[in-house]
Formats: sequence, structure tokens, C-alpha cells
Amino acid sequence: MNYNWDWGILFREPYFDWLVEGLMWTVSLSLLAWIIAFSLGSILGIMRTCSSRPLQLIATAYVELFRNIPLLVQLFLWYFVFPELLPDDAGRWVKREMPMPALTTAIIALGLYTASRVCEQVRSGIAAVGPGQRNAGKAIGMNEWQVYRYILLPNAFRIIIPPLTSEFLTIFKNSSLALTIGVVELTAMTRQIEEYTFQGFEAFTAATLIYSVVTFTVMLLMRIVERRVRIPGMISTN
Amino acid sequence: MIEINHASKWYGDFQVLNDCTTRVDKGEVVVICGPSGSGKSTLIKCVNGLESIGSGDISVDGSKVNGRKTNLNQLRSRIGMVFQSFELFPHMSVLDNVMLGQLKVLKRSTDEAEQRAQALLLQVGLADHAYKYPAQLSGGQQQRVAIARGLAMDPIAMLFDEPTSALDPEMINDVLDVMVDLAQDGMTMMVVTHEMGFAQKVADRIVFMDEGRIVEDSPKDEFFKAQGSERAKEFLSKILTH
Repeated sequence: MNYNWDWGILFREPYFDWLVEGLMWTVSLSLLAWIIAFSLGSILGIMRTCSSRPLQLIATAYVELFRNIPLLVQLFLWYFVFPELLPDDAGRWVKREMPMPALTTAIIALGLYTASRVCEQVRSGIAAVGPGQRNAGKAIGMNEWQVYRYILLPNAFRIIIPPLTSEFLTIFKNSSLALTIGVVELTAMTRQIEEYTFQGFEAFTAATLIYSVVTFTVMLLMRIVERRVRIPGMISTN
Repeated sequence: MIEINHASKWYGDFQVLNDCTTRVDKGEVVVICGPSGSGKSTLIKCVNGLESIGSGDISVDGSKVNGRKTNLNQLRSRIGMVFQSFELFPHMSVLDNVMLGQLKVLKRSTDEAEQRAQALLLQVGLADHAYKYPAQLSGGQQQRVAIARGLAMDPIAMLFDEPTSALDPEMINDVLDVMVDLAQDGMTMMVVTHEMGFAQKVADRIVFMDEGRIVEDSPKDEFFKAQGSERAKEFLSKILTH
């Protein structure tokens, strides 16, 4: 193989800035999508386990719909198909006039998809806390929302910190799919460097390292969080 | 105080409660015993609506538990319940466990709730453990906290669902002592238990259940003289010989 290695390219202008900028987009996209996924997923998880049959059905339908369509297809549906279904003005606004249409669409699509997965984690956490705790809360006269707020959720979220962490790492990695609708995030920037300089090995090595450093940092942070919220007297798993 | 009239309940085709009728008057202690699967726990859970009944009716202090107009949360806040598996809230200190219902349901002030909680922990012999977490206590201690948690709501009656079945033999007496004190103070109590010593000491009446039916419902002395049903005699002979 005849390849001119040049690691210095990564630190030369404008390529270094491109990597930094790409990382910023990736991080913002992931964080904003996570806010949607976490809040909506938690609400759906509560709905799936609550006593109201209609709410259960709505949440179950949501999960089945969003979990069973490939994320890439969902991105395309939201970006290319959804605006066409709207009235002309609204469709045009979604496609062009709203701020950063591609990024916004990617955030929403990724958020809605991941919400279905977070919902399942929250549901399993609540199930793991068990019906006994729910009964104990009811028995002192708390209403259903109080039982969730003060008993089921604080325990369920502690239990699901590890799977939620991997869900966040998944959203972070899935954010690279946003390049297919034109969001210039880290992977897109890396490809751009490759196209401009033909130094693909260096560029993708850099991207790999950046993704890994971020995921490792998140994992370490979550370990600390997990230790912080550990309940005294309970056996820790790590 | 607690009236159960012709209560029946089905899980699918299986009938767990079959036309149960009994009552617990104010200040009375009624022990419910019987073999596993006889419906004792289900019956006591129906009293505060944790389980619903299929037919018949149950009322507590004049309000129907299964009535449409009844505010079930409010009714439950006036009935204490102690579970076989304690069910303390694991993420809260002992003190917070006893304060939670007072703060969120009775809307007491923090000071008032804390005073009441400390007094109750003293009463159940756990004043020194107020700031520990449930997982740091033994089973017997946890169950006494659970009793304090129920009492903190100033209940008109207490329900006990096999409160000592999950405990080591050494711990059982600590819990029973607290319950005996309560009974002697005049608390209205409905207790599902196999502890016949406890029944002999403080029960006013014994209800014996088998296969979802109330087979016998008689004053304590009559019950232990075994003048009643053959089934109850057989049950007693099995659990009293050891």
C-alpha cells in the first residue's frame, strides 16, 4: 500500500476546527435528543405501568410503532415525507424556514425513537421495584401520582442507571446517522476531511478516538452518579 | 368499625373468597387464621381496597370500600396496614419513612411530623435507629418501623397481613410485643397470623378460613377449646403440636 501518512493534518487549519465543530454538533444533537427521549420516555414508562387502561394502550402503541421502524427510515420519514403531508405553508416552514431544519428534524427523530427505548427501561425499573411498594404507598393513603413521585420513580431510576447510560451512549452513536439528512456532525466532518485531503486513515482514527473518549467519560460520570445515589445498606453491584 | 358482608372474589374461574361475612368492632382484635391459600391475605387486602371484591360489600367506619362515591385514598389514610414483607421505602431513612404519609397525605408540618415520628419510634423501641436506612436494620426492626409508619397516620384501625411470617424466630417476639401493647391500648386490629400464642393472649375473636370460606368465627375461648368445626380442629392440632 502506497499511503502518505500525515498525522499533522489533524492539527492543521481548517481541519482541526472542523473536527471540533463536528464534535460540538454531535454533542448538541445527542444532548437535545436525549432531553426529549428521557422526558417523553419517562412519561410513557409511567403511562405503561399506571392503572388507566387507555393510557397503557397509548404508551404501548407508541413503543411498538417507534421501536419497530429502523431509525434511518424514521429519519427519512420525518425529513422527506412528513413535510409533504402537511398543508403547504406548514410543510414549507418545516422544510426550510424553521431554524436549522436538518438538525431540528434529526433531534426530534432521534429523540422520539429513543423515547420508546427509554420507556421500556423505565417500565422494567418500575416492575423491578415491585407491587409491594406500590401497595405500601397506597396503604398510607397516597394517590397514584404521589406513589410514583415519592416511591416508585426514585427507586426505579436508581435501578436503571446502567441501562439508561447505555441508552445515552446509543443515542450519541446513533447521532452519526444525521449526516444522511445533511447535518454536518462529527462523522460528516471526518468524511469531509477525507474528501479534501485524501487522509482518510488519520481522519477516521481521530473520529474513533473522539467518540471513544466521550463515551468513556460518560461512563465514568455515570459510575460516580450511581455511587452518589446508592442507598446505604444496599449491596452495590460495582 | 369493619363490616364484611357476603364478600366474594374470583381470579378468573377460581374463587378466592366465597361469601365471607364477619365484622370487627371498635377496639376489638380479630385474628384470621387458616391454611395457605385459604384467602386470608386476600380478605384483609380487600378491607382497604388494595384488592377489589367481585360481589358483596365491605365498609369501614360507615364508608363503603367498594363504593363509587368513596374517596379510597382518604379512607386508606385512616387504616394502617403492615405487610408480610415490610415494604419500607428503601431510599428513605427510617424517620422519613414514618414522616412521608404525614407530610404528603395528612399535610402536617415537618416539625409536627418529625415529633410524631420520633415518639412512635420510641414506642416501638427504635428511637436510636431514626437516621438509618431500612436495609441497615434487621427484619424485626424493619417490621416495627412499618408498624410505626402505619400508626403515624393516627389510624382508626390497623390491618396486619402475616406480620411475622418473614421473620427469624428471635425477631418475632419483638414485633408481637409491639402488637400486644397496641391491642391492650385499645387499637382496633385485624390480624392475619399463624401465631396462636398472640391470638390466645390478645384476640377477642378468631376467624378460621379454608378454601375461601369463613369456616368458623368465634370468641377466642370457644375456638381454643376446639368446640367448632372439624377443619379448624385439624388445623389447630397440626400447628399446636410443635
